[in-house]
Amino acid sequence: MLPARMPFIEPEGDRCITVRYGGGLTEETVLRCLELAGRIERATLPGVLDVVPGFTTVSVHYDPRALAPSPYRVLAEALQAIIQSGAASMSFASRDIEVPVCYDAEHGFDLPFLAHACGLEREEFIALHLSAPLRVFALGFAPGLPYMGLHDERLSVPRRDIPRASVPGGSVAVANRQSVIYPDATPGGWHVIGAMPIPLFDPSRPPYAFLLPGDRVHFRRISPEEYEELKHESAR
Amino acid sequence: MIEVIKPGALSLFQDHGRLGFQKLGVPAAGPMDANAHRLANLLVGNDPAVAALEITLLGPMLRFEQPTGFALAGADLSPRLNRKPLAMHRPHVAEPGDILDFGPPQRGCRAYFSVHGGFQLQPVLGSCSTYVKGNFGGLHGGALRAGDRIPILSPLASDPVRLEACREALWEVVVYLSAGLGPATRRSLRILRGPQWDLFEEEARRALLNESFEISSQSDRMGFRLSGPRLRLASDTQILSEATALGAIQVPQGGDPILLMADRQTMGGYPKIAYLAGVDLPLLAQCLPSERLRFTLITLEEAQELDLRREQAFSYLAESLAPIGDVFRSVAT
Repeated sequence: MLPARMPFIEPEGDRCITVRYGGGLTEETVLRCLELAGRIERATLPGVLDVVPGFTTVSVHYDPRALAPSPYRVLAEALQAIIQSGAASMSFASRDIEVPVCYDAEHGFDLPFLAHACGLEREEFIALHLSAPLRVFALGFAPGLPYMGLHDERLSVPRRDIPRASVPGGSVAVANRQSVIYPDATPGGWHVIGAMPIPLFDPSRPPYAFLLPGDRVHFRRISPEEYEELKHESAR
Repeated sequence: MIEVIKPGALSLFQDHGRLGFQKLGVPAAGPMDANAHRLANLLVGNDPAVAALEITLLGPMLRFEQPTGFALAGADLSPRLNRKPLAMHRPHVAEPGDILDFGPPQRGCRAYFSVHGGFQLQPVLGSCSTYVKGNFGGLHGGALRAGDRIPILSPLASDPVRLEACREALWEVVVYLSAGLGPATRRSLRILRGPQWDLFEEEARRALLNESFEISSQSDRMGFRLSGPRLRLASDTQILSEATALGAIQVPQGGDPILLMADRQTMGGYPKIAYLAGVDLPLLAQCLPSERLRFTLITLEEAQELDLRREQAFSYLAESLAPIGDVFRSVAT
């Protein structure tokens, strides 16, 4: 059980409302947001179109037509009631997922630079990256792209000054004590340290995304051979 | 069936948008000009959420293979049926072999082509909207291509006498678009304070409300890039990524704002100085690169009042156009 902490609610334009928790990015706050987002979804409030948890926020997209004559006020009050009804307790059922990563030189082309920037040997860097389970904080930027954290403080490096024009799909990349995995080839500003062979998003098969917000991720180191095998397997 | 002879510059099927999956990072997509999209559907007796073809600037050339009820709303891209000019914002009847094409854009940027009963598309994640970057939705995940054949759900009966009667009955329908529903221009678009309004320096907030901003050529369905006075934060503050909504005016480090539109990413890490009022989103959707925008600040209450007032106008219009659906249904196969 976590102590009660009240967020504040504010408009995000005239068709969206954001519930905002203070106190910066912590795993606790992320889970609190996911739990609240779930409760808002289950409440099926009139006019609610989409509920989007962020790192320290929950945003609710709504149709003002269903909430006339004072759409914002009506929805803000309903959200306040939901927040209060669950403030005392928090339960969030999360999955544990093993995520294979190949850290070889071909896929992890930024690894030598990055290990050096962190003052670590290459193997030390990999060991730290593998060491603790991460939490999927949110999906965003592209369908199925997970933001995962937080890594050991020694893996605290800013993003690249100039984003790469293209990063291969499946790239595992690090910045600011977080990892992301790029679902498809895309421009990217994070440091690429490896590759993950399993597709991250398939709009034809529920639950659509390989990793979901709140999942606990355990990285497993794989060889280039196993990478190719798994990639081949999941392509079928 | 409708055959695509030429695809046009960017012709995309869009319904009301892909809702419920933004938490997985899936953009909502949907029409850029939701007013015109809705109008196109009303003009053929469809539910407003049905997919219509969003046509950008240079229209396609299409051949009808069956008798079809159709309409065009939004931008005037010089539509023609069999090389004869065709009225916008009216229900029409096409016969097998008829060719719909477009000429030079006259006014606006995006037109919506609807058919009575809708196109037969396979929903992906609950929506028929095309998301080109994700390669899903619409007919095959992308923009129309030459040679595509688009199935339609409710072709009209191949009966010349009944089709002629249908045309005559449609002729009786008066389409009156009150202010705010049809094509319009405004000297200044209305905005609301964004969540990070206070993080910007006074100078930036003043510039946003007093200067004009030019729409850059790098504008698309994701967003309109604007150039004008650079908007700076009062101090160098990093914010965590959070959800973005339609119409957000976010400002990256360089200071040139980006106005987020239909295909926007679900989350963004740039501060949002303001939001465009929902009621003015359709106006922006019809603006072209190099046009200049000005902004006026209104309150949330005013914005929602304007939105609801337009909604009222739409429901009157829907009522007055209801006979169209009946007319088309009377010549159903």
